Amino acid sequence: MYVAVKGGEAAIANAHRLLADRRRGDRAIRAIGIDQIESQLSLAVDRVMAEASLYDPSLAALAIKQSRGDMIEAIFLLRAYRTTLPRFGYSEPVDTGAMRIERRVSATYKDLPGGQLLGPTFDYTHRLLDPALQTDEAVETPLTRTPSPENTSRVTDILNGEGLIEPDSSMEDEHEPGDITRTPLDFPMTRDTRLQALARGDEGFLLALAYSTQRGYARTHPFAGEIRIGMVEVEMDLPELGFSVPLGEVRLTECQSVNQFKGSATQPPQFTRGYGLVFGQSERKAMAMSLVDRALRAEEFGEDIVAPAQDEEFVIAHSDNVQATGFVEHLKLPHYVDFQAELDLVRRMRAEQGLAPANTQSEQKEAAE
Amino acid sequence: MSGLATYNFAYLDEQTKRMIRRAILKAIAIPGYQVPFASREMPMPYGWGTGGVQVTAAILGPSDVLKVIDQGADDTTNAVSIRAFFQKVANVEVTTRTKEATIIQTRHRIPEEKLTEGQVLVYQVPIPEPLRFLEPRETETRKMHALSEYGLMHVKLYEDIARNGHIATTYAYPVKVEGRYVMDPSPTPKFDNPKMHMSEALQLFGAGREKRIYALPPFTDVVSLDFDDHPFTVQSFEKPCALCGAEGVYLDEVVLDDRGGRMFVCSDTDYCEDRRAQGFLGDQGVPLKEAAE
Repeated sequence: MYVAVKGGEAAIANAHRLLADRRRGDRAIRAIGIDQIESQLSLAVDRVMAEASLYDPSLAALAIKQSRGDMIEAIFLLRAYRTTLPRFGYSEPVDTGAMRIERRVSATYKDLPGGQLLGPTFDYTHRLLDPALQTDEAVETPLTRTPSPENTSRVTDILNGEGLIEPDSSMEDEHEPGDITRTPLDFPMTRDTRLQALARGDEGFLLALAYSTQRGYARTHPFAGEIRIGMVEVEMDLPELGFSVPLGEVRLTECQSVNQFKGSATQPPQFTRGYGLVFGQSERKAMAMSLVDRALRAEEFGEDIVAPAQDEEFVIAHSDNVQATGFVEHLKLPHYVDFQAELDLVRRMRAEQGLAPANTQSEQKEAAE
Repeated sequence: MSGLATYNFAYLDEQTKRMIRRAILKAIAIPGYQVPFASREMPMPYGWGTGGVQVTAAILGPSDVLKVIDQGADDTTNAVSIRAFFQKVANVEVTTRTKEATIIQTRHRIPEEKLTEGQVLVYQVPIPEPLRFLEPRETETRKMHALSEYGLMHVKLYEDIARNGHIATTYAYPVKVEGRYVMDPSPTPKFDNPKMHMSEALQLFGAGREKRIYALPPFTDVVSLDFDDHPFTVQSFEKPCALCGAEGVYLDEVVLDDRGGRMFVCSDTDYCEDRRAQGFLGDQGVPLKEAAE
């Protein structure tokens, strides 16, 4: 006899208990520490901070531990916390020209003021699994040099000196920076909110879109003008004080791509730019972001919009992985009311076409019993 | 990290609630119109009722009595989870009884029992835009609503008839509100559409991921789209509920075995239990006391 399935509450509680057990894993192995995640899985921490739009390495590390290493789940956890925080205002624009550089490469010049600085990169490592990492072998201390007290000028500033590249774009003086976490998206977007959306967009999605532009779905032909990673100071203007005060430092990755542009009726022939700026060390994301940013500026330059990466509504509406994962995974929630309605329709349509329902007879028999 | 454990009543901060209430008021003022709102990230995933949860959180007061259903049932996992969330963050009284509730949050159903004045029905909405599957662009659909340009929808319904002999939309069946806006009733079966018309209760619709709120104030004219020669009809079931014998209600099909055995039972669990408590019995039902044992 059918009795309506009860006990959802107990089932949920038990599922969560099992989840906690699996998260902890073998009790004979020491639990992983938040500090270990923060210092030894720092690129994972960086990604979570970037896509959660919250710069807090220890909370990001906690989220990674809590999510068992599921990055989107960790991003979600941190975002759900971020949304409860009060918003006091916005900082002054960070000056990446004054960045304390850890890495800086340019693909457009062999050498340039400030030099090329490889920094902590996977580039040029041979991807051979390192058995030494199975144990805790001593690691050499890195060689460092005394940083130059002067700012390392940005490649775009060098190009701009000759007028060969469009200058830093700016918004009108009265323009207050948008906040996509506080205002619903409105298409077409302004570039500030679009860059915000890209900065928290899914790394994989942006990577694929950027890749598609390189393979001919919108031709952007980029050069990696400059990629720089390092610490910058965040300052906030306090009206009570009348001057801005430093709040602390954040690590950022900035990528400026340099793109060809033939010029138009209103603009001279010059290089154009795509911009990527991401929390932490995340070169892949920053580069992908700069390519997609440039592709999305198609309309601004009067270029034909022919590919997905140029389509603002398509790109921005689908770049948020927390939204995407929620909606895709909601399909596992019960839908039996709607499915019942569809079942009824399909049965009726089949009956109208004279298709004998395969199991109607047994159904009638059962009902008659 | 010390402040992590403290949350405001009903989770959302008061500023956010005020923002949502403003959107709700605007929605009530323009029935059927989708009001953009600054939807927040909630501690449950997008697509799992974040819009409904935000609307409920914004209107919930300490004296409210909350009921949460999913597919008509109080005990489906997501309904249990959302109800537990509000018990935790708002400590409000909860119920499974439709008539006792002041706020009912729902996914995919409208309760069978007629809602009354003072009650609020909060719908969880996945895709608020009824035109979305005809036109994917928000910039276009907004224009279509502004101009009352709903020809595309009628063409779609007409094509259904031309192809199948009848309209092949069974749930999320579009309605026209007060003769103006075409609205998505959320993925409720079209069976429930007539219940929206002239309802005494306030009906609020929240779409979190899509950042839209819309509303039907009490006693609003809600008409399911149709044609003169193909009038709107609702699903009907051949047999009454196998447990409580109710007729003219929406039934779920329950597969009993792998030999084609089926039974049909009320999708609205509270309605079904209430009837059985009153002594009504379907052909496979058992009196409520026995079933509990």
